[in-house]
Amino acid sequence: MSREQVVLAIRRGLRRGPLPPDQAMALQARLDAHPRHPIPARSRLDRDGQVALFAANVEREFGTVLRVADAAAVPAAVADWLAAQNLPSAAAIAPHPELRAIPWADRPLLRLREGRAEAADAVAIQHGFAGIAETGTLMLPSAPERPTTLNLLAEAAVVILRADRVVGAYEEAWDLLRAELGAMPRNVMLVTGPSRSADIEQALELGAHGPRRLCVVLIGAG
Amino acid sequence: MQTATSSAFKANARVALNDAGLQKALARSGTSFIARRAAAAAALPEFETLRDEARAIKDHTLAHLDFYLEAFADKVEAAGGQVHFCADAAEARAVVLEICRAAGARTVTKGKSMISEELGINDHLEANGITPVETDLGEYILQLRHETPSHIIAPAFHLNREDWEASFRAAHTDLPPERVFRERRDILVEARTKLREKFLAADVGITGANFLIAETGSSVIVTNEGNGDLTQTLPRVHIALSSIEKVVPTLEDCTSLLRVLARSATGQEFSVYTTFSTGARRPDDLDGPEAYHVVIVDNGRSGMLGGEFQPMLRCIRCAACMNHCPVYGAVGGHAYGWVYPGPMGSVLTPALIGVDQAGLLPGASTFCGKCESVCPVRIPLPGLMRHWREREFERHLTPAAQRRNLALWAFVAKRPVLYRALTRAGAFGLRLLAGRRGRFQRLPLAGGWTAGRDLPAPEGETFFARYAREQRGRAA
Repeated sequence: MSREQVVLAIRRGLRRGPLPPDQAMALQARLDAHPRHPIPARSRLDRDGQVALFAANVEREFGTVLRVADAAAVPAAVADWLAAQNLPSAAAIAPHPELRAIPWADRPLLRLREGRAEAADAVAIQHGFAGIAETGTLMLPSAPERPTTLNLLAEAAVVILRADRVVGAYEEAWDLLRAELGAMPRNVMLVTGPSRSADIEQALELGAHGPRRLCVVLIGAG
Repeated sequence: MQTATSSAFKANARVALNDAGLQKALARSGTSFIARRAAAAAALPEFETLRDEARAIKDHTLAHLDFYLEAFADKVEAAGGQVHFCADAAEARAVVLEICRAAGARTVTKGKSMISEELGINDHLEANGITPVETDLGEYILQLRHETPSHIIAPAFHLNREDWEASFRAAHTDLPPERVFRERRDILVEARTKLREKFLAADVGITGANFLIAETGSSVIVTNEGNGDLTQTLPRVHIALSSIEKVVPTLEDCTSLLRVLARSATGQEFSVYTTFSTGARRPDDLDGPEAYHVVIVDNGRSGMLGGEFQPMLRCIRCAACMNHCPVYGAVGGHAYGWVYPGPMGSVLTPALIGVDQAGLLPGASTFCGKCESVCPVRIPLPGLMRHWREREFERHLTPAAQRRNLALWAFVAKRPVLYRALTRAGAFGLRLLAGRRGRFQRLPLAGGWTAGRDLPAPEGETFFARYAREQRGRAA
């Protein structure tokens, strides 16, 4: 009932009735085609350039980037980083097939628990769907194998991202998501650096409510 | 709904100018937003083009708002969410309360949301036995202090560090009273710990929505702290509040707007967390809310469509206008007396609560034009404020003395010969009166000026007279 009321009020303001069918169809076609607007030139680089730009931007936004040659090198990189940060050698980890394929057993002291994150978790390891070079942004869509809480609850968030999943601009990431996931999942987080606030006297502090540290492990960055 | 004191703007401003703590806060924060926005704009060659795109996207959407809102609602429902259309604040409050009651909610966490301030959600929930907990750091301390936001993205803009420490000591009585806040970080850590418990205990999470996306039926929040995400992910129920004009057609349209939003607001290229929510938990998801509601409110905006104030509906709530406004920079946000301060508040508030109540706000501008020059969607704010002044004048809301003076000036200005004669006499006479000093410490009718500074005397000749004299000299 109220939907009708609000729609009618809008049409009264616009001084017209419902759109004629051909106009409505044109608007629907625009929705279906989702045309792009101008994309900033900075990310129009070759693959290596985009990966380098992505890494530089992550670091500029107070994140850490660990470059490893292949999946086999990931356990050591993660375990060593945790030790260097004086973080516990234990993490909640996304139950994603690509993460399961990593030889975590090479570092048996790293205790991993598959599933969503809990409040007590100091470290969470997430699977990166895509990286956007334009601003060093991670695209993290929710899924049974990519629970959202891994992005939010831990003190340190580690995201494992293949270098070939780095794209230049957000529009390219949206197209990847449309192609591979079909429909929007419950939640898509675009994450750029660790949590922060400048609410106290406009001074920047990291680690407001979300993770204080963000570490991206970039596989195959050469 | 928050009671407006906008009609007391002059008194509010006087109080604000004499508030040492506020002035200290304004002085500290004043130029940093300006510098950061300028740096971000300079670092992106396409920034001006993107502003034009942003304006075009918003104008297109507003012209077809009914279509896009209905498309949005259909998509939300297809994804398993629920949409509630509300004509006004009372309906919206009732809907939110009903959803919370149905969920058996005792506590509700909240992300920062100006629309929730406008609708008076918190007071309504409290009056009905449900406890709302603000989780944005700035909103949290305001809740402790029983204050309202003074800035639309930095709600605690008006507070200094000693205010934070005092409020935390007073509220967090379970912590050792002799603890020291060595750095600002200590305040942050204390808030993080306190609010973590609240996040985990909440039954319902309420956020606003920076954008609604018709293509996918998604609501978008743009934050830096992560509180908005914790608010909308952990509880069983997520309610996203939005006014009708937040909808945009596609993900690509939203992306273009996002490119100018953070840059205009804080000078960041992108906020830390930009999150798109579509429906409730999917069958095999391990986390996420079980129910997703979008509450879409009109509350006076449809009345702005199709008229001279429609451009105001383009606003994406970045706060660039108030960051650059010399008036806001002098008196802060509370002086404006309602939810929305600064230039955008001066245009929006009369539209939502009436020009009879809020007419002083569009009057509190020098029309320097800085707001319009930085608005990412190019809203002609001074022009819209002038429309309000005209409306006010037509409705005889302007004080009688002001009307008389304007009428007098108009009489003279419409008679150029008389105007020039009077100004020549005035210029000559004032020059004589000022004598050797060349300026007035006191002058009848100029008390507003001379209370704070000397008034320089005219040089004795009007511009027209001098111009004519010099032209004659040239011709000779």
